Amino acid sequence: MRSLIVILSVLFLAPLFIKGAQIRVGTGEAYKSIQLAINAAQPYDTIHINKGLYKEGNIQITKPLTIIGKGWPEIDGEKKYEVFTIKANDVIIRGLKVQHSGYATLDDPGGIKVLESQNVVIENNWLFDNFFGVYLQYSKNCIVRGNRIQAYGKQEQEIGNGIHCWKSDSLIIENNFIKGHRDGIYFEFVHYSSIHTNHAVSNIRYGLHFMFSNNDVYTENKFQGNGAGVAVMYSRSVDMYKNIFYENWGDAAYGLLLKEISDGHISGNQFTRNTVGVFMEGTNRMKVEKNKFDYNGWAMKIQASCMENEIKQNNFLANTFDVSTNGTTVLNTFLHNYWDKYSGYDLNKDGIGDVPYRPLTMFGVLVEKVPAAMLLFRSFMVLLLDQSEKIFPTLTPDHFIDPKPSMKYV
Amino acid sequence: MIQIEHVYKQFGKMEVLHDIKLTLGKGQAIALIGPNGCGKTTLLKSILRMVIPTKGNIFFEGNDIASTGDHYREKIGYMPQIGRYPDNMKIGQVIETIQSLRSNVLKLDEDLIDNYHLKQLYHKRMSTLSGGTRQKVSAVLSFLFNPTVLILDEPTAGLDPIAAEILKEKILSARQEGKLILITSHLLAELDELISEVIFMQDGSVKFHKSVEVLKDQVGHQSLSKAISHFLKEGAA
Amino acid sequence: MNKILQLILIDIFRNRVVIAYTILLALACWSIFFLEDSGNKALVTMLNLELLVIPLISILFSTIYIYNSSEFIELLLSQPIKRSQIWISLFFGLVICLLAAYIVAIIPPLLLFGYIQNALWILLGGILITVIFISIGFLISIQQRDKAKGIGTSLLVWLFFALLFDGLVLFILFQFGDYPIEKPMVLVSMLSPIDLLRIMNLMQLDASAMMGYTGAIFQQYFGSTLGTLVTLFVLVLWALIPFLISLRIFKRKDL
Repeated sequence: MRSLIVILSVLFLAPLFIKGAQIRVGTGEAYKSIQLAINAAQPYDTIHINKGLYKEGNIQITKPLTIIGKGWPEIDGEKKYEVFTIKANDVIIRGLKVQHSGYATLDDPGGIKVLESQNVVIENNWLFDNFFGVYLQYSKNCIVRGNRIQAYGKQEQEIGNGIHCWKSDSLIIENNFIKGHRDGIYFEFVHYSSIHTNHAVSNIRYGLHFMFSNNDVYTENKFQGNGAGVAVMYSRSVDMYKNIFYENWGDAAYGLLLKEISDGHISGNQFTRNTVGVFMEGTNRMKVEKNKFDYNGWAMKIQASCMENEIKQNNFLANTFDVSTNGTTVLNTFLHNYWDKYSGYDLNKDGIGDVPYRPLTMFGVLVEKVPAAMLLFRSFMVLLLDQSEKIFPTLTPDHFIDPKPSMKYV
Repeated sequence: MIQIEHVYKQFGKMEVLHDIKLTLGKGQAIALIGPNGCGKTTLLKSILRMVIPTKGNIFFEGNDIASTGDHYREKIGYMPQIGRYPDNMKIGQVIETIQSLRSNVLKLDEDLIDNYHLKQLYHKRMSTLSGGTRQKVSAVLSFLFNPTVLILDEPTAGLDPIAAEILKEKILSARQEGKLILITSHLLAELDELISEVIFMQDGSVKFHKSVEVLKDQVGHQSLSKAISHFLKEGAA
Repeated sequence: MNKILQLILIDIFRNRVVIAYTILLALACWSIFFLEDSGNKALVTMLNLELLVIPLISILFSTIYIYNSSEFIELLLSQPIKRSQIWISLFFGLVICLLAAYIVAIIPPLLLFGYIQNALWILLGGILITVIFISIGFLISIQQRDKAKGIGTSLLVWLFFALLFDGLVLFILFQFGDYPIEKPMVLVSMLSPIDLLRIMNLMQLDASAMMGYTGAIFQQYFGSTLGTLVTLFVLVLWALIPFLISLRIFKRKDL
């Protein structure tokens, strides 16, 4: 009986005391090669990699391991190999500088690729000049956190995404800094995942890109100077809170591009200095609330294919055009927004303007039809046209109005 | 002193001066006469380059005025038919302004200012002046800088008899100083004592250019004015 | 300093219109800066005002002033003074006075509100547009002997550049909207100094506004250093050519 208790207590308490073996790799250590150390390790061992340059081709991780770098060891793919390939659950990678992966468009080599795995944590690494930074495929419950991911792509075809997730589930992507990739973060068929406080800068295509991904949420990220800030396409129930879309600027640049999506919630975001703050096409039943749009060329472009969207309590400040559309039908609702261009009055002092606001200007309609008309922006004639249109609407749709504009910043 | 060679001037289709050839010598007082619209004023203005001839050359002291530059006019005093002056300027300001523009002239001829008692009117605005007083200002300005040539377009028109007499005396003394004087006037009688040569113009052409003596001999009239009116009538007929 | 210029300056500075113009501009500036909450917005509003009011005053004032000084010009012409000197002095007299009025009116509010750095382009624009429309005024007044007709022509020219030209541009845009007309439109905009200045200033002040689909071409052209230089050059031509033509006419004019 006593021996049984001893056996049982060893069985239950052992994981608390025994963490697995500690293996060291580096000059003057037992192992010089990471791959050899991995091969020799038992599951749940920890491998410490010392400072140094390691060129080992492709390194395969096929058992649960913790790999920790000390003094940023450089693991180099020599522009030929995928650096790490992980096909095991419970792997943790931390503190490595993973660099110069191979580049090819066929097998998508990456700095760290995770295949069909669960509970993998990729944390505080420096992924430098890789084709793809971190690549997850058929994976679940993984965390990508605090990595610095940087590449020097110049054209879309020549570079992969910073964090690429495909057919995965329940991921957490947070606190990463991603620069110079094709898309900063790319989601395709990824569900129930969240993206927090990342910073995507100067990526060639999008800062963040959703395709066919449902029930995801992203919050407090900053997207700056990307081809376009964020694109959400063919997806459902994606929520977007408190993100900053800044300076996404150029010929076809958007802060946020929504295409064929529905049932999401866009709230508390800030859209500043974008060519187009939010571009909506085939977008239905979205709630756009309490966002701030300032200094954009167009705060929102809502194509005629959009229905039943609610645009409420947003602030529109110093935008060239507040809203523009290509059609005449009005199937979306504007309510209680603050428009800095509103020149109405509030006689009963309830904070609600007594006359409706028309966010669509005549000139906005003209520019939508002939973009080169932008040449006349702020000319005296355009001023006259807009004023006369305000009094006698002819070109702009009658019901394209905010019937109860807020008098004050919301 | 002034030589005019084959000068033509057209205003649009209208020919105002037709092949004018003249030599105007020093010390002469020349009357330029002719019916209204014969081109007298245009000819005078051409000499001043206020009108630019369509064709032909005008020489001042041997230099072509088209190329010699505007400074030749320093030697010309011009009294226009109708003097136009900035309305809001006072007489004193006008005279001072012109004086300040020509500060290189050392010795000013202020006889007329004194004789016309103009200094008492210096504070008057040009817009308030009568035609006669304006003419006085014009006369003063034309003589002020001691020019060697005087071009006077209807100088006595509008002047009262006393003022006209003062001006005539001034012209006479100028002639005695050896200046060239070009003068147009409709008041033929007053030219009698003044002039030494007559140029008769009609329809933009010079009909003749003769000295007074020759002219009187030809016509047989004792008085110049009668001689001239003789020609005017003949010309008109 | 040139004596004639000095006389003209004294005469214009005493003119009540110039004083009224200064006060009006200053009042407009102060009220814009007090009323608009954001600095850039205030500058943009000022730009609009500037492009409307300055051309009108410059062209009208210079035209009327020249007609009114015809006697003075004639008086000077009977004196041994070069014709070109008279005409150039008149031009500089007007330019100096109206620019002085403009600068005196708008510098204090700009300094006080601390916009002076952003406003350099606006200042440059105001200076150029003043000179350009004085120059056009000279051309009109030398071509029209009749004062009333001359003033009428000035008003029409102003109306044309302030409003009708843009209407024409809009018409062309909609007629040829299906063709790639953006590049030709850049050239067309060169035909109106007001448009040219407006676009140039917006590129500096409010670039986001110009970044539409067509932004690329405009930005490529108007935003580049070369484009800015070419634009400035064209504006200088606008300031010089009408005046030089008028000078040529004046030199040969019969009085």
